[in-house]
Amino acid sequence: MRRINIFEKAGSFAENKDIARDIRRAELFPALAQNQKIILNFDGVDATTQSFIHALISDAIRQYGDKALENITYHRCNDTIKQLVRIVVDYMQEGIGENSPKGGVAS
Amino acid sequence: MKAYIPNSAFLGNINHFLRNFDPASPGKLQITANEKWMAVHPVVLAMIAALGSTVETRQIECMRFVSKSKNYIIRMGLLDFLGLDPAEDTVREHDPAGRFIPLKRIRNSDEATQFITDMIPLLHLQDKPAQAQTLSYIASELLRNVIEHAQAEHGAIICAQYYKKSNSIGIGIADTGIGIKKAINQSYPALTDMEAIRLALQPGITGTTKREGGTPENAGAGLFFTKSIASVNKDFFIIYSGKGFYKLLRKPTGSRTVLFADPFQDKHSKDETYPYWKGTVVGVDIALDRTREFSKLLELIRETYGKEIRDRRRARYKKPRFTS
Ligand SMILES: Nc1ncnc2c1ncn2[C@@H]1O[C@H](COP(=O)(O)OP(=O)(O)OP(=O)(O)O)[C@@H](O)[C@H]1O
Ligand SMILES: [Mg+2]
Repeated sequence: MRRINIFEKAGSFAENKDIARDIRRAELFPALAQNQKIILNFDGVDATTQSFIHALISDAIRQYGDKALENITYHRCNDTIKQLVRIVVDYMQEGIGENSPKGGVAS
Repeated sequence: MKAYIPNSAFLGNINHFLRNFDPASPGKLQITANEKWMAVHPVVLAMIAALGSTVETRQIECMRFVSKSKNYIIRMGLLDFLGLDPAEDTVREHDPAGRFIPLKRIRNSDEATQFITDMIPLLHLQDKPAQAQTLSYIASELLRNVIEHAQAEHGAIICAQYYKKSNSIGIGIADTGIGIKKAINQSYPALTDMEAIRLALQPGITGTTKREGGTPENAGAGLFFTKSIASVNKDFFIIYSGKGFYKLLRKPTGSRTVLFADPFQDKHSKDETYPYWKGTVVGVDIALDRTREFSKLLELIRETYGKEIRDRRRARYKKPRFTS
C-alpha cells in the first residue's frame, strides 16, 4: 500500500503539472508496476485543474487500464476534484476504447 | 510596429484597437494613446508590454500620457515594463483601494504557481472561493499553455484588474511565440489561423499528438475549459493568433447554458483578416456576481466532453459496404 499526499507536494491549489508529472514518475508508476494499492490523498487540497489530474493519472490509465482503476483510490476529494477525476477517467477510457468499469472515487 | 491605445478598449469593443495595430517594422515600437483619458482591458496592456519586450528600449517611442492615464499606466507597470522612465512631475501615490495585478512576465512552471498564489489576495478574493477558483483555474491553464507550447523567448505576459462598476475581473495574457497555427500543425493540417484556433478550442485536441487521450502531459482540454467557464458565466472570451481572431460573445443573462465542443457553434464573432500577431493573445472577463459553482460547470463539461469523444470515435468506425 502506498499513500501519496498531494497537498504536501502541490499545495491547496494543485495546478503545477511538473509536480504531477514527478509524482507520476517517482511514486505512482513504481507502485503500479508492483501491483500495489495506492491512495492518492487529496486532504487539504481545495482545488485542482483537469490538466493537473491528467498529468497525474492519464498515463496510468493508458498503460495499466483497469488495473489502474482498481489499484488507485482517491481519498478525501471535494466535489470539484471528484468531477475532474471523473472527467479524466471518462475520456481516457472512451478515447482508448476500453470497456472498463468507471473509476471509483472514494470519499 | 505601432499601437494606438484608444480611450476605451474592452473585450466587447476591442476590435478597433486590434485593427489599428501595425506589425510592420518589428524592430521598433511606437505607442500613442487617446489624449484625454483611457480605460482598457488588461489584455491590451499585456499585448503592448509583449510587443515592447521584443524591441530594445531605445527603439520604443512612447507619447507622453496626460496625468490620469499616466497614473493608470504606471500602476499597471507598463512604463516599468517597457523600461521607460515616468517623468517625475507626474508620479503620484498608487490608489490604495485599487485591485489589480500589474504586468508580470512568467517564464516557467514555478513562476506560474507563484503568480497564481499571489493573485487571489491582490484581487481581494480570499473570501470568494467560487470566484477565486474560477480565476486561478483560467490563469493556470493560460500560463501553462504559453510555457508548454509557445516557445516564447520573452515568456508569458499577464495582468488583471477588478472593475467596480461591472463587479468583474478582466484578465489578459499575451505571448510572442510560435502562435496557435504552428503549434497545432505539429499534429493537424490546419491551413489557416482560424482553422487552427477552432481546433485548439475543441476538447481533446492538442498540438502535441494526434492520439486520443493526448500525451501523458496534455489532453487538449485547457482552452475548452477556459472557453466553457466564460460561456457558463456569460462572459467574454477572446483569442487572437496570427491573423485569426475569435470572440465568444456574451449570452444574455438568464439564457439556458449549453456548451459546445465546436467553438463555431457558440454565439461568437470571428475574423481572419486582422494584423498579424506573432504569438497568441487571450483575454477573459469574469463577472463576479454571475460566477456559477464550479462543480455545476464541471457537470456540463463532462457531458459535452464525453459526447464529443464518443462522436469522434464513432466517426472513425468502419462503415459497411452495400451493393445492389
Ligand atoms: N500560447 C500558445 N502558443 C502556441 N500554441 C498554443 C498556445 N496555447 C494553446 N496552443 C495550442 O493549442 C492547443 C490546445 O491547447 P489546450 O490548452 O486546449 O490543450 P493542451 O495544452 O494541448 O492540453 P491541456 O491543456 O489539456 O494540458 C495546444 O496543444 C497548442 O497546440
Ligand atoms: Mg493547455
